[in-house]
Amino acid sequence: MILDVKGLNVDYISAAGAVRAVNDVSFQLRRGEILGVAGESGCGKSTLIMGLIRLLRPPAAITGGEVWLHPREGRPVDIARRTDKELRKLRWRSIAVVLQSAMDALNPVARLSAQFADVLREHGYRNVEERTAELLEMVGISPDRARSYPHEMSGGMRQRAMIALALACDPEIVVMDEPTTAVDVVMQRQILAQILELRQKLGFSVVFVTHDLSLLVELADRIAIMYGGRIVELGEAAEIYRSPKHPYTKGLRDSFPPLHAPVTRLSGIPGTPPDLRNLPHGCAFEPRCPSRFDECAQRRPELLDVGDGLAACHLHDRERTAHA
Amino acid sequence: MPEETPVLAAENVTKHFDTGTQTVRALENVTLRLYRGRIAALVGESGSGKTTLARLLAQFYPVTSGEIKLRGQTVSRADKAFYGEVQLVFQDPFASLNSLRKVEHNVRRALKLHGHESGDDQVHELLGKVNLTPAAEFARKLPHELSGGQRQRVAIARALAVRPAVLLGDEPISMLDVSIRLDVLNLLARLREEEGLALLYITHDIASARYLSDDIYVMYAGQMVEGGPAESVIQEPKHPYTRLLIDSSPDPERAGGSSAFTATAKLGEPPSLVDPPPGCRFHPRCPFAMDKCKTDFPPRTEFSDGSWTNCWLHEEA
Repeated sequence: MILDVKGLNVDYISAAGAVRAVNDVSFQLRRGEILGVAGESGCGKSTLIMGLIRLLRPPAAITGGEVWLHPREGRPVDIARRTDKELRKLRWRSIAVVLQSAMDALNPVARLSAQFADVLREHGYRNVEERTAELLEMVGISPDRARSYPHEMSGGMRQRAMIALALACDPEIVVMDEPTTAVDVVMQRQILAQILELRQKLGFSVVFVTHDLSLLVELADRIAIMYGGRIVELGEAAEIYRSPKHPYTKGLRDSFPPLHAPVTRLSGIPGTPPDLRNLPHGCAFEPRCPSRFDECAQRRPELLDVGDGLAACHLHDRERTAHA
Repeated sequence: MPEETPVLAAENVTKHFDTGTQTVRALENVTLRLYRGRIAALVGESGSGKTTLARLLAQFYPVTSGEIKLRGQTVSRADKAFYGEVQLVFQDPFASLNSLRKVEHNVRRALKLHGHESGDDQVHELLGKVNLTPAAEFARKLPHELSGGQRQRVAIARALAVRPAVLLGDEPISMLDVSIRLDVLNLLARLREEEGLALLYITHDIASARYLSDDIYVMYAGQMVEGGPAESVIQEPKHPYTRLLIDSSPDPERAGGSSAFTATAKLGEPPSLVDPPPGCRFHPRCPFAMDKCKTDFPPRTEFSDGSWTNCWLHEEA
C-alpha cells in the first residue's frame, strides 16, 4: 500500500455555508496499481484528487480526514497535515499530477526544455538536458522537440509531454485527471498504452479520474465509483463491469452503447445528478434509482463489504438479512 | 442506401480555406447524402473535416467546388426558405441558447421568424415533443435553471419549431453527462421515426454512431474513406483507418488483456491540411501502404453488403 485515504472531506466554503464536495472518502492505493475513479460531472472526482495532492484552491479546503502517504523511504506522512514547504519535497518525487488540459497546464511562453529544467533543477538533478531527452523519448517524443513551444505541438504531443514532465523525478504515485479527454480516440489509445508500458517499467501507481467508465474498465485494476461526493462502489474493474453492485454503477455501465455486442435499446439513467447543496436525506441516488424502496429515502447506506468489493446500497442489507 | 432523391446532399464538394499566406485543404471531393427518415453518422478525428462538411451542408460558407443539393436542386445561397428546411444543433447547449430569455422566448422566436403560429400551445407542443414535461413549467424557466440535457432538448425543440426536413447535429451529446446522453440519442431516434427527419449525427464516438445511425460515413484528413450501413462498417471495416478507429475505441468487452492497448501504440497522428500527403492522406500511417497509395487517391470500391471504401487494397482484389 502506498496511499491510505481515511475519511477525507473537502468543502467549498461560502458565505451561504459550506458545500461538501468530497464526503467521508476512504480508500487505499496499492503499489503499482491503477485505481480508476469514475463518475459524472459534479460527483467530486476532480475535487478528490486535487485534495490528495493538496492543490485545492480557496474556497475549497480539506475539512477532515487523513491522506497517508507511505513512501519507499522514510516514515509515512499525512499529506492533509503538511505545510506547503514540506509538501514541496513530496511533490514530483513522491506524487505527481497530469491535468486534463495540457495547453493550460504548460507555460505557453516557455520552451519545453525550460519547463523540464525548472522541475529538474528544483529537485536537485544535475544532468538536466540528458534527463529531459530521456523523459521525452520515454513518451515517444523526439528529444529535438525539447526546443518547441507548447503551441508548436499537437494536442496529443502536449499531453504526452505533460506525462513525461510528471515522471521527471520518478514519482511513486501519478494522479491523472481526465488526461485523454481532450484528445482523439486513436491518440487516447496511444497515450494509455504508453501509461501502461511506463507503469510496467517504472512501477508507479496511478489514480486515474475520468467520466468514461468504458475506458476505465479496460485500463484500471480497480475502480471507485463516485456519486454525490461519496464513493458508492469500489471493486475490481472486471467485476464492476460484469456484476455491478450499486444500481448507479449499473446505470452508468449501461449508458455506454456497446461496440460489438448486439444493440439493444438503452435508456441511461432518468433524472439528473444531485445538487450537492441540497442532497436527499437518505441515499443520494434514491430519486433516480430504479430499485429504490422505503428504506432508501430514510437512511443513507454505508459503504460496506458485499463479497466482491464494497458498495453503499440498501439492496445488500436485504440480502444480508435474508441470509441471516 | 435507398434509391430515392436525398433530402440534402453534398455532391463532390471541396473546401479550401485561404488564410492569406497559406491554403488549408479542409475537404476534398466529398459526397454525403441524407435521406428522409434515416440517420447518417459522420465519424473521424478532430480536424478530419466533419464540422466543415456540416457547415457546408448548412450553407454557412460557400463550397470551393462541388454542389450542395436540397431535394435534388442545387442551392446557390442560403435564405430563410433554406433554413426552413435545414436546422443545426450545436455541441454546447450552454452557448447556443439566449441565456437572458426564458425557454418559451427561445422557442417562440424560431416559430415567429419562420412565420408559424407562435402561441403558448405551439410552444408547449414543441417542448412536449422533446420530453420537457410539464411543458408549461419548463417554458417559464431560464436556461441556467436547466441541466445540460434539458438545455440540449430546448435547442432541439427550437430547431423543430421551424419544421425542418433536415437536422444537422454537430456532436450534440459530447458535452452532456454520460447518464443523460442516451436520452438525447433516443429522442433523435424518435424524431427520425415520428417526424421522418433526415439526420446527420456528427460524432467522434463510434459506439454511439452504431447505436443511433442507419449509415456511417468515415472521414480522414478531409477525405471520405468509407461508408455504408452501420453494422457493415463497424463489424467489417474495409478501410485500414476505419479499423484503426474501431480498435482504438473503448470496448469493455476487451477488458483484462492490455494487448489491445499496445496494438496501435505507435501509429502517428493526422497530417497537416496545409501540406497534406498526396494520394490517400492516410498512407503515412497505414500499415498496408503501397507505392500507388502515395500518388493517387483510390477510386471507390463497392461491396455486396452495401458498404464502399476508397482504398487500393480493395481495388486490387
